Amino acid sequence: MSREEQSGVETPAEGTGRVGAGGDGGPADGGAATGITGAGTGTDAAIAEGGGGTAGAETATATVEAPGTAPDGTKAPLLEVRNLVTKYAIHRGLVGTIRRKPQQWVSAVDGVSFTLDRGEMVALVGESGCGKTSTAQTMLRMVDAVSGSILVNGQDITTLEHKEMRPLRRQIQMIYQDPYESLDPRFRVGQTIEEPMLIHGVGKDDNERHEIIVRALLRAELTPPELYIDRYPHELSGGQRQRAAIAASLVLDPELLVADEPVSMLDVSVRAGILTLLDGLRRTGKMGIVMITHDLSTAAHFADRIAVMYLGRIVEQGPAKQVVRNPQHPYTKALLSVVPKRDPRDRTVPQILQGETPNPINVPPGCRFHPRCPVAEPRCRTIDPELHVVAAAEPEHEAACILV
Amino acid sequence: MSLLEVRDVHVWFDLPDGSQLHAVQGVSFDIDPGDRMGLVGESGCGKTTTILAVMGLLPANATLAGEVRFNGENILEGGEDTVRPHRWKDISMIFQGAMNALNPVKTVGTQIVEPMELHDVAEGNAAKRAAGELLELVGIPAKATDRYPHEFSGGMRQRAAIAMALACQPKVLLADEPTTALDVMVQAQILELLVGLAQDLGLALILVTHDLPVVAQVCERAAVMYAGEIVEKGPMEELFHAPRHPYTRLLFAATPDLYGDEQVMSIPGAPPRLDREIVGCPFQPRCDSSFDRCKVEAPMLRAVGVSHDAACHLNDRAGVATTAQELS
Amino acid sequence: MSQAIQAVETENLSLPPPKKRGNWFWEIIKGSTQAKIGLGVILFFTILGIFAPWIEPYSVHQQSGAVFCAPSAKHWLGCDDGGIDMVSLLIQGGRISLVVGFCATFVAMVLGGGIGIIAGYFGGGTDITLMRITDYFLVIPDVPLMIVLATLFGARLSIIILVIGILLWTGTARIIRAEVKSLRERVYVKRATSLGSSNRRIIFRHILPQVGPLLIANTVLTVAIAIFDETALSFLGLGDPTAITWGKIIEFGFLRTAVSAGAWWAIVPAGICVALVIMGCYWLGQAIEDALNPRLKVAHLSPRTFRLRPLVGRGSDAI
Repeated sequence: MSREEQSGVETPAEGTGRVGAGGDGGPADGGAATGITGAGTGTDAAIAEGGGGTAGAETATATVEAPGTAPDGTKAPLLEVRNLVTKYAIHRGLVGTIRRKPQQWVSAVDGVSFTLDRGEMVALVGESGCGKTSTAQTMLRMVDAVSGSILVNGQDITTLEHKEMRPLRRQIQMIYQDPYESLDPRFRVGQTIEEPMLIHGVGKDDNERHEIIVRALLRAELTPPELYIDRYPHELSGGQRQRAAIAASLVLDPELLVADEPVSMLDVSVRAGILTLLDGLRRTGKMGIVMITHDLSTAAHFADRIAVMYLGRIVEQGPAKQVVRNPQHPYTKALLSVVPKRDPRDRTVPQILQGETPNPINVPPGCRFHPRCPVAEPRCRTIDPELHVVAAAEPEHEAACILV
Repeated sequence: MSLLEVRDVHVWFDLPDGSQLHAVQGVSFDIDPGDRMGLVGESGCGKTTTILAVMGLLPANATLAGEVRFNGENILEGGEDTVRPHRWKDISMIFQGAMNALNPVKTVGTQIVEPMELHDVAEGNAAKRAAGELLELVGIPAKATDRYPHEFSGGMRQRAAIAMALACQPKVLLADEPTTALDVMVQAQILELLVGLAQDLGLALILVTHDLPVVAQVCERAAVMYAGEIVEKGPMEELFHAPRHPYTRLLFAATPDLYGDEQVMSIPGAPPRLDREIVGCPFQPRCDSSFDRCKVEAPMLRAVGVSHDAACHLNDRAGVATTAQELS
Repeated sequence: MSQAIQAVETENLSLPPPKKRGNWFWEIIKGSTQAKIGLGVILFFTILGIFAPWIEPYSVHQQSGAVFCAPSAKHWLGCDDGGIDMVSLLIQGGRISLVVGFCATFVAMVLGGGIGIIAGYFGGGTDITLMRITDYFLVIPDVPLMIVLATLFGARLSIIILVIGILLWTGTARIIRAEVKSLRERVYVKRATSLGSSNRRIIFRHILPQVGPLLIANTVLTVAIAIFDETALSFLGLGDPTAITWGKIIEFGFLRTAVSAGAWWAIVPAGICVALVIMGCYWLGQAIEDALNPRLKVAHLSPRTFRLRPLVGRGSDAI
């Protein structure tokens, strides 16, 4: 089945609408197959490997420009965010508008760049107001960026019209923080999972869609599936609801999953299960996950790379273990020191910063962290540092501080 | 005789269909001045209900049994009448989500003065001055008494809630998830404040939370609750390094460590329903080391070390310590 | 072992899945005496109206008794100035009154619901424009407008229905808009948007079912107002002269000197019928609204009065 698809024959809607799936034929594509692979991920990879030669010839729909390959021929990463800026207008009110008060803006995201490859998990970590949620919302085009670009498989999605965006929405899915709110209470679980398929015309009849639903439930480890299909959300526990939400987002076989605090509202004993599930999903090599979290321990454990955000910027990023064991930016150091440790004998002295994160409306001049920085120097007030590599030994570890 | 002695407290809630939910099933613990004790457990384990029972703040559909002795006197004996004089003056509480429950139309100062006047601790200008001092005590400038809650940040509102709880100079402070909704840096500030208050004022602190690392950092000892019971209580170090109940061990194992590489494990299953009688150990269906006796006989809380109790049959094998290391 | 864990994991799902949620209406009815009475009253008069031609004891077009004859075994509520049986008149009148009430409400519900949903969902300029229009209609005084329109276009039933409908949609629109605005922010609606769902789909599948119960509660309350408005119109002589409604009955009663003749039965029963139906609608509508908005309940504010129970035995004998 997949050989024909790999050679570019556009098979009908049955799950192959993988716009922008890329002609590179690399393992991550899995030849698009039936779209929903359920337990069959192993076979897909094998098929993909076998059919890898027919790159480039895959037909793409009109909205995709140069799927998967950058101009210089190298394979584009799954996700590339470049200098993203997102602003929110501060409410002026009718009186303010009449009086022509200048429109003020809050830069929730002020120049954020990072990349994500298939099979990777990147954690955006930070406290409230740092811009991590706004970044996620911009990635899903729920908010529009002011400048910068978000490249999904090499295609900039910030410039697309909402109509053109629609087919791409199959590839980018989001898992929300609140399992009690993210499912429509009037839909049974099966209906919630079926909804994305109905929106995008996946599956030719009820039976086929039912099969896909069952496979999605299995993938989300809700077994036996028949037990869950007809349930209403209020009958399920928090962990079960979150798994149902994950199943609903797997149905379209997305390439990019954005998980916004996926476990913060769940009990400790179920968190690991959900996180391991997400971890397993991306390790198949087809999916990349951006995880938004405030919990550094979770990020350190599950993510490949961590990007620490503060007031709309990334202040440090790199491989998770390096960032956690050898933090360079003073904010990261302070943050790591105040994370409570499990071991009561661990008596690291917490470096508690005074005050709270300032309002993004009033971004301090120079380095945005300098008012709270324990090692700030006079020149920090005027110089706004850029992200740079901290040591030759760790080429992927960057920090935005002039002192390192 | 300890400052606060909780003895065999049970709480039942009447359900609409006529049955009862046995939310708290025989909880006992003691606390002395300056102690910092954690009450740990997941949602539905009964930890919040327990401290509400200590304060006598249960709704009309609740039935209570057991004793809560403050300085030797059973304050629950006469119901509301015997509890009321102690509320806020001797035992005070920071409720879950207190920072969001401040009255938006009253100044913070007024809200701190209110309990003072209600409990005849101070009034008028003296009360206002005391309110200012309390705010300083929790790290907010005294002149903030004239501000409204919406002018405060989240961390400052939580500090204000702590100040309100301290208005009548209680001896015991019950804190229910005081830092759950806060950023990790603000959480550190609040926890530092609570520890400081316990040390400086000789306040007895009971910290109720689901967050194990927070308890590990702040408290010297803790009680782990499951299905309405305390399944293990003892010094923090022993709970982590030598747990004597599988739930404690598994709970720690389910919490990712910042630097550790061990795999994080979920605990499969869900807590039992509390509206039915539970036969045997309530944790047995989810336990990884249960055996036949666990299904039929409920284990009692027994001493397994110095000030260390656990309710698990694994501890009954005479002379054999069953720690995590032993099992693996 | 794994079977035991499986059993625990799904213990909360040991009961079969519930049937369709559409039963919410009957749940509310079952749960509230007020609702039962309200619904009963409305149904009673509706059935009377439907079966009017078969139920009425006498024809309303023929004199069957003396002018203003008093209530008797033959005529339970006496006769009016034309010797026509009051009971028959009331039954016929109820028919038209209810028809006008229901139709006008239908107009109001469709207009108000539609505008409310569109304004609440799309927000921005659409919302502002629609709300200003709503405010305009809200401010127009009902009765003078009805008088003017009735005079301009003639007093036909259809005009009356339209007039009442146009006046009543504003209340519905405001309430629905508020609800839709808050629903718009729910996570599952945002999720549907991020999935690529079209606006139309979201409105019909996610918003409308949530807003439906509120719309129904509001509709029931609007029926009450519609009937009242119709009665008032008829009483003022602006109703359709060829239609018998309760308002007409009262109007005729007054015009044809029932008062001086002491014939209270020509006026009061009609008024009581109107009052009963309006009350029934209010009771039902309020019951639905209360059920939908749990925050309206205040039971949790009662003072703390837990009960104490002595412990019998300790350890394994404990209760």
